[in-house]
Amino acid sequence: MCARCCWPQRLMPNDLNHGSHRVAEQIARQSYGRLVAFLAARTRDLPGAEDALADAFAAALRLWPSEGIPENPDAWLLTVARHRQTDALRRHQTRQKGMEHLSLMAEEIEAATAAPAEIPDRRLALMFACAHPEIECAMRTPLILQTILGLPAHDVAAALMISPATMGQRLVRAKARIKNLGIAFSLPERQDLPERLDAVLEAVYAAYARGWNEIEPGDTPQLVEEAVWLGELTVQLLPDEPEAKGMLALMLYAEARRSARRDADGAFVPLEQQNTALWDVHRIGQAETLLHQANRAGPSGRYQIEAAIQSAHTARRLSGQTSWPAIVALYEHLQTIVASPVVALNHIAALAETKGPIVAHQAIVALAADKRMADYQPYWATRGHLAARAGYKDDAYEALTLAIGLSSDEAVRQYLRQQIVGLRDG
Amino acid sequence: MKYLLLIHGDESKMSAATVVDETGMSPDYHAYNNAMAKAGVLLGGERLRPTKEAASVRVGEDGTQVLDGPYAETREQLGGYYMIDVSGIDEAVQWAARCPAARLGTIEVRPIWPTRAE
Repeated sequence: MCARCCWPQRLMPNDLNHGSHRVAEQIARQSYGRLVAFLAARTRDLPGAEDALADAFAAALRLWPSEGIPENPDAWLLTVARHRQTDALRRHQTRQKGMEHLSLMAEEIEAATAAPAEIPDRRLALMFACAHPEIECAMRTPLILQTILGLPAHDVAAALMISPATMGQRLVRAKARIKNLGIAFSLPERQDLPERLDAVLEAVYAAYARGWNEIEPGDTPQLVEEAVWLGELTVQLLPDEPEAKGMLALMLYAEARRSARRDADGAFVPLEQQNTALWDVHRIGQAETLLHQANRAGPSGRYQIEAAIQSAHTARRLSGQTSWPAIVALYEHLQTIVASPVVALNHIAALAETKGPIVAHQAIVALAADKRMADYQPYWATRGHLAARAGYKDDAYEALTLAIGLSSDEAVRQYLRQQIVGLRDG
Repeated sequence: MKYLLLIHGDESKMSAATVVDETGMSPDYHAYNNAMAKAGVLLGGERLRPTKEAASVRVGEDGTQVLDGPYAETREQLGGYYMIDVSGIDEAVQWAARCPAARLGTIEVRPIWPTRAE
């Protein structure tokens, strides 16, 4: 059993075990990412670093919950990894090429075990390597999830809805690319930082956005927790970057509304109809603080504006009213920074509240010229909703039907079916 | 690239769960088919009649055997299929997740071996 296979079972069904298991898991993960980043920083050999730590990590998840967490988790993991390293060296004695790399790794493990307190944290550099321009865009999120969190390939595949075999191959290829191209594990130069950081943030946020769509009653999807954790890590490692704070704030605002997104029967509840008493005040507070800190630091980037939009939505909790003109203005500003059809769609949805559904419907029909809308579920759901409000029943029926066909969530389908029923009655 | 989405499931449950409207198709399938057509990915697809109406044929050394029903006793039966043309396996998996039958059974996603230069 290796760490990568062991990970999905980490949530023990036994409730008594649950607390200690979680703590162990969090500590192990902190150490895991730090050690992978440290070991691979010089060799740039991620698979080698992962192999060296795999058994150690599995052992940690097995032993720490019952035996307690060691005083120095990094040292503990490295000691176990060193034994494994020695075994591997013995086995590979005939394979000269493998030897070289293994002994390099062994030396590093040796040196670090001697002074575990001095192990530098290179996780941020690793994240920049994973989100390097030479790495295929779609592979950046999976790479970060696997290397920083130790998530197994099949879990990453399931979470991102990609076939496991394909995911495995692509991860192997991407890691080989890091090594072969000699992608440095270092922070980018100041002038490249905004663009490179954007790629890191995008990769983390993609994980969140994927998890956001999964709603299981009373349970937070794993991917969401991982993404928030990575967001916190990024803020912690880059405390002076306002966009990192903006992204974390954005995720926390959205998370704050999680329990209000389904009613008691599990049915989908749209944002405007959510019971604000169910919103998580603590999370909203955290998000507000982060956003204020970020805004003080200078001109707003994409994530800060998106977080500001979320902030405007949550204002309904206190005033009872959503400030739509502010939201429309923020979306207009956002469109000047990111030319994305998703932003355009959200802008149109907000426009319906200030200019009325007929104007908004005209705009959304025009947006269909963008071919990416053809299989984009939120487009058809929004179009159906706006058409219904504008009184265009035929268009509403067609759009809602397409939205149902594009949904993979039963609660969302149910909600859309009711809207179709509403068309007949209304 | 072409993919076959094979719908496997317990056919007794599948037929019980299917609510058919005046068009002879469940509204969810109607929506799913429309969405595929709109996105321009749908090449074809059919629902299969129950396995009790099926026959299995095998030609061996002892001659030709014709048996009732599907060849193997399995818990899940093939209930239908779609053929789609999409950019790759990721998009095919996404369409499979949207299939109404994915709630009740399993959608097998199979890349089709190209026979001509495609």
